[in-house]
Parts: sequence; structure tokens; C-alpha cells
Amino acid sequence: MNFDDTPQEAAFRAEAKAWIAANAPKQYEDELKKASLGRIQLRSANILEVAKAWQKKKADAGWAVPHWPKDYGGRGASPIERVIWQQEEGVFGKLGALFIIGHGMCGPTMMAYAAEDQKRHYLPPLASGENIWCQLFSEPAGGSDVAGLRTRAEKDGDDWVINGQKIWTSGAHYSDYGILITRTDPTVPKHKGLTMFFLDMKSPGVEVKPIKQANGQAEFNEVYFTDVRIPDAQRLGAVGDGWNVSLTTLMNERMAIGANVATGFPELFEFCNNLMLEDGPAIDARAVRSKLASWAVRASGLKYTSFRAISALSRGERPGPENSIGKLVAGAMLQDVATYALDLQGAAGVLSGPDDAEAAGKFQAMLLRSPATRVEGGTDEILRNIIAERVLGLPGDIRVDKDVPFNKIPTKGR
Amino acid sequence: MNFDFSDDQKQLRDEARRFLTEKCPPKAVREVIDGKASYDRELWKGLADMGFLGVAIPEAFGGSGAGHLELCVIAEEMGRALAPVPFSSTVYLAAEALMLAGSDAQKQKWLPAIASGAAVGTLALFEGSGNPSPDAIKLTASNGTLNGVKKPVPDGAIADFAIVAARTASTGRETDISLFLVDLTSEGVEAKALTNIDPSRGQAEISFKNVKAELLGPANEGWSILSRVLDRAAVLIAFEQVGGADRALEMGRDYALDRIAFGRQIGSFQAVKHMLADMYVSATLARSNCYYGAWALSTNASELPEAAAAARISATQAFQHCAKNNIQVHGGMGFTWEFDCHLYYRRSNALALGLGSLSYWEDALIDRMRQRNAA
Repeated sequence: MNFDDTPQEAAFRAEAKAWIAANAPKQYEDELKKASLGRIQLRSANILEVAKAWQKKKADAGWAVPHWPKDYGGRGASPIERVIWQQEEGVFGKLGALFIIGHGMCGPTMMAYAAEDQKRHYLPPLASGENIWCQLFSEPAGGSDVAGLRTRAEKDGDDWVINGQKIWTSGAHYSDYGILITRTDPTVPKHKGLTMFFLDMKSPGVEVKPIKQANGQAEFNEVYFTDVRIPDAQRLGAVGDGWNVSLTTLMNERMAIGANVATGFPELFEFCNNLMLEDGPAIDARAVRSKLASWAVRASGLKYTSFRAISALSRGERPGPENSIGKLVAGAMLQDVATYALDLQGAAGVLSGPDDAEAAGKFQAMLLRSPATRVEGGTDEILRNIIAERVLGLPGDIRVDKDVPFNKIPTKGR
Repeated sequence: MNFDFSDDQKQLRDEARRFLTEKCPPKAVREVIDGKASYDRELWKGLADMGFLGVAIPEAFGGSGAGHLELCVIAEEMGRALAPVPFSSTVYLAAEALMLAGSDAQKQKWLPAIASGAAVGTLALFEGSGNPSPDAIKLTASNGTLNGVKKPVPDGAIADFAIVAARTASTGRETDISLFLVDLTSEGVEAKALTNIDPSRGQAEISFKNVKAELLGPANEGWSILSRVLDRAAVLIAFEQVGGADRALEMGRDYALDRIAFGRQIGSFQAVKHMLADMYVSATLARSNCYYGAWALSTNASELPEAAAAARISATQAFQHCAKNNIQVHGGMGFTWEFDCHLYYRRSNALALGLGSLSYWEDALIDRMRQRNAA
């Protein structure tokens, strides 16, 4: 049992570290460190430009999406090297938030299902950040029931004609391309009538409307499709096989095991360490210490759980469904930590402006963003189901829509 | 990075699990719980024969000298099986204290006896309610003679020797405390068994009346030795707790698969599934914290105090959480004497207290984190 790199890993780490030290945009380091949960903004510059510039610089030196094959804009790094890169990139990795969907979901799907000339055409600019991609999966009627989607694709000559609506599409408002799952056959059970495509987001008939969120930011969008034409050549996988295509995407994403999932704990610890209450430093109060300790061991437990997963990766094992615990634990923690940090601030905890609020309003921002963390990319309930069913082997939920043709499934509660 | 046990260590775990599955079924635990024996002597002998008692004891003192990672692996299995033997008191507390602070003669006398199963040892620290603290130690030592009462002392009624924390001065400093090694057959020692929430491991009151005792480690350094012993034992007991938590989770899962209600396996109800998923989450977080503790223990890292506290807190929470919800999954059957759920519930709550309570370790963790942050 050790924390040491193998000689090859150490060499890779040294190379990454040296390159980052020489090239990272250090002028934004402090702002990035302080950036709280949600869409990152910089006071001094346009985040989109800064992020694209950093990604391009990485691409030119071969560090963009290190684990992708060289031909598609990567450097063919192993899964463990990918983790080492993430560890070394550290706070500058936050600039990659704009590209996560493209690199984590769209790219791997293209790699698995697109034609070779398409991969060579589309993937390098996706890797380098020149093009941003989005993932058009969720729908108003979908949500956790992803396969309940209703956006239609109908064949017309060599094209498909798309009509319908997607929602919760991160970054659609600045995306160049997207992968899109549609229903091509409503007369078969819901998982069987789906087909996947990729498309140019500037295609006629695509309309993007940002959604203003509960926290006042706008990371997500509604996307409307009105007679949008997609050539059949942009279909990913067989007609009717879209569900399996989407599962490939999700399975690929498990390979991305970050070493540092945000829990809010380091921020809370620092806050309590500095905060003075009426009868002394907050960190000396018995009740505060008890709460801090409970969260401390959750945060460290997550950290060392990810180390165990990284160890399995470096042995060549594939990450399994047990990695669902990361977001499940971290999401709830963020919300609880934020609530508690505000409680400690008393009446003034209600203030959220960075100049008036304690800790520059970090916890207020966390409070207002964390509900989304517990929903996006799988709700707490779905993640618990995954653990219960796929890790513990418990029975699946009873499905009343199983084996029922999609167009016979009830659509209204009452 | 290889943040996992080695193949050899995993093999040892399998070996220990096979052995304990055969030699320590719930029936064996019940013999002790029902008061038919004070501990399972045959199992104790078997553990010695397997080399499990001396796994972290150097070869020069009769052990196999394999190491503490190996001991962690065995501890987890002891916890899974609820082994009704004085393993933690003898191996984690007494042997660790001897290895840390004993003289060569003391080690020669007691460590081989521990490894061979001939001697049961314990640590006599507590004097009634409260957590580990120099102030709470009233038992006095003067001129090598002890006077006072210790309770609860784990396995105190069956132990052959004890390491006793005693007050040598009253200046209000940690240096007032020294450790003594006492042969419990000595004149003036009286041990009586006390009933406790987990009779599979005994607790006792031991009174000392003018008992001759020999110093263990340097005079006046008892508290600093004790702190180190408690940290080391915290990691080892945390592994027992994780073993117990895992077993309780398995029992709950198995029952949820077997039991039909409303025409369905109860494990198909989300309320039950999610309860079991949460048990898995707490057991997994605890296991990961324990691995970090095992690394720190086996390398004697400066991170050990913080790692030990984190492992202890996390594992205490996980075992209590899994043991109580295992009963909940079982419904009414879970509360019967006949089902084994209460054995785990009892053990989870006893282990939560034996080294200082959860709040004591929470306090310790925050102190240690602050020290690191300040450094």
C-alpha cells in the first residue's frame, strides 16, 4: 500500500508539471481558486476566451484531452495518466468546465460510432476547444426517465427531419455541434425506438433559449427543433439502437475519476478556523467541531475512495458503478455545508453580495447552486438505485412501461 | 499509486475469513453471549495456531513479524465474525503498548505468550464515565505500588496481565501519568466481571490494593505512550468496525432479497433499496478512511494521529449505521433474540465506546487538523 507513482507515472507527472508551470495562465489562478460552485466567472476577463485560449495552448503542445488517441487530438495517455494530468492541472482544470460535455460524452460517442473521416474532421477541433459540443438528451418529459424522450426523427430521402424539444442542455448557447438522441419509432417499447445523431447547432430550425436558474445564472438551455434536417451520414449507430449508443457514452464517462470532487469541506474548515463567534473562535465550539469532524471524514472518505479507484485503474481494471457514490455524497454535502456556514453567520448570512457577505459570498452561492448538483447527471435517487441494483444486486424497480409500445404509455398524471 | 492491499494480504484475508467462517459461526458467539463461557477458548487457540495473534509481533518475540497491514486484514475479519475472544484488548492494546514502550525483558516475557495464545492482556485506562484524559486518572502509583479502581477494563476478568495508567504526581500536567505492567495474579488485585451491552466481549472492574507493579516505558511519559497506543488501536478497531458494517450490510441485502411482502421482494421497494445503498455508502467511506489509517499505521507516518481519528470516526458511524438499519430491514424479526442482527447492533455500540466515544475522537480530529493547517 503506497501513494508512490511508478517510474513511468513519475516521468509523466514530471513532464506535465513542468509544462503546466511554464504555460498555465497564472494571472487567473487566484480568481479560479476562489471561484465557487456554478458557472465560473472572471472579473478581469471573458471566461470563454480565457478557457479557449488555455485549451488551444494545451492542444498545440499535445496536452488537450491526453487520453484521446493522437489522431484525434489527444496523446494516447493511459487512464492513470489522465488522472495524473488532472491532479497536476489542478485549479486550471476549472477552465475546462466548458469542454467537459464535449470531451467526456460527445467525443467518445463519436469515436465509437462515427465514420473514420468524420472522426478526423470533427474530433481535433473538439479536443482543442475550437469547437464546443453539447449533449441533447434530456427533455421536459424525460429527466431521470431519459428513455421517455419524445423528440421525433422521421426519414425523408437521405435526411432525417427532427421536431421536438430538449431541455437542461449545458452550454447549448455557445455550442457548435451536439449529439442528439431522438425517437424514430414510437410503436415499440421506449428503449427500442431511439436513434442517435450528431448535428451542427447552426442548422436551420434549431432555436436555443437559455434558462434562468434558481441561482440567477444561466448554464442550461431549452433547445427547440423545427423541421431540422440531419443527413443520414450523421447518424451514430444503427436506427433503433440509440439507447445502447447513449450507454456507451455514459460508461466511457466513468473512466473520468477526478481526484478532487468538490464537497465544500475545505472552504468550511477554513471559514470556521477564522470565524469569531460571541464566545470565541467558531472552531473551539463543541457543536461546530462535531459537525466539522463528521464532514471531514466524509470528504476524506471520498478522497481515499477515489484513490482506491485510481489504483484499480492503474491495475487495468475498468471503473464500475460503485463510483456513483462520489456525486451522491458530495452533492448532499455541498448543500448541508452551505446551510451550516450560513447558520454560523446568523442574520448576516442572508447577504450574498461578495463585498458584504462573509467569505465573499461563497457559501451563499453554494447554497443556491447545490440543489442542481443533486439533480444533474443523475439524481440522488437514481444514483442510489444504481448502487442498490448494480453494486448490491437488489431487484430493479417495477416498471409499468416495460414492454409497452411507447405510444401507449400514459403521458399525464391526472 | 497502489492504494490497496497486496495479493498476499488479500490471500491472508481469504484465509482468515475461511477459518473464522468455520470456527466462529454465530452459534459460537451465542455460547459466550448466553453466558456459557467467558470467551471462546478453542477459537483463541486456533487463532494462535494460525499465527493471527502474532502477525504484527516481531519474530524475535515469537510472532511472525508480517506487519500491521496484515493485522488490519485480520482485524476486519474478526469484526465480521464478531469473534468472542479478547483479541482487541490483547493484540491491539497490550501488545502495541509493549512493542512501543516495553523493556526487552518485558517484551520477552509477554509478547511470545501473546503470540502463542498463552496470555491474555489488556489496558486498564478508564475509571468510570468519561473519555481518555490525564485528569480522569485517579489511581495512584507510589514507590511502584498501585492503589485504585479501574473500570471498565476490556476483558479484564480473563486477562493475565494489564497495562495500567496511574498517577504519579498531581501537578496538573500530562507528565503526571506513568504506565505500569501488572501481573493480574498478583496479590491485591481483584477483578470482577461487569454486565455490558455486548457480552461477546467482557468488561470488568479491577481494584488494586497495594499492588506491586513494574514501570512500562519511561516514568512520567505514560500519557504520550498512551496516546500513541490509542491511535494505533483506533485504526485496528476501525477495521473490526468496517468488517462488522460490511457483514451487517450483507445480512440486510440478503434478507431484502429473500423476504417477500406485498407480493414482491422487499429489496425491490425504493425505500429499502435506498436504505441499503446508504449503508453501502457509509461502509465504503469508512473503508477508504481505514485504508488511509492502515497506510499511516504501517509506515508510522506523521499523519497517523489524524488518519487514526478519521478512520475511527468514520468506522464508528458506519458500523452503527449499518447495524441499526440491518435490524430495520429485517423488521420485527430483526428484533428477535433468535436472529443475529442484535449481535452486530450490540458489538457496533460497544466498539463505539471502548477507546473513547465518538465526540472524543471528533474533538481529536479537529485538533489534529488545526495543527496540520497551522504548520
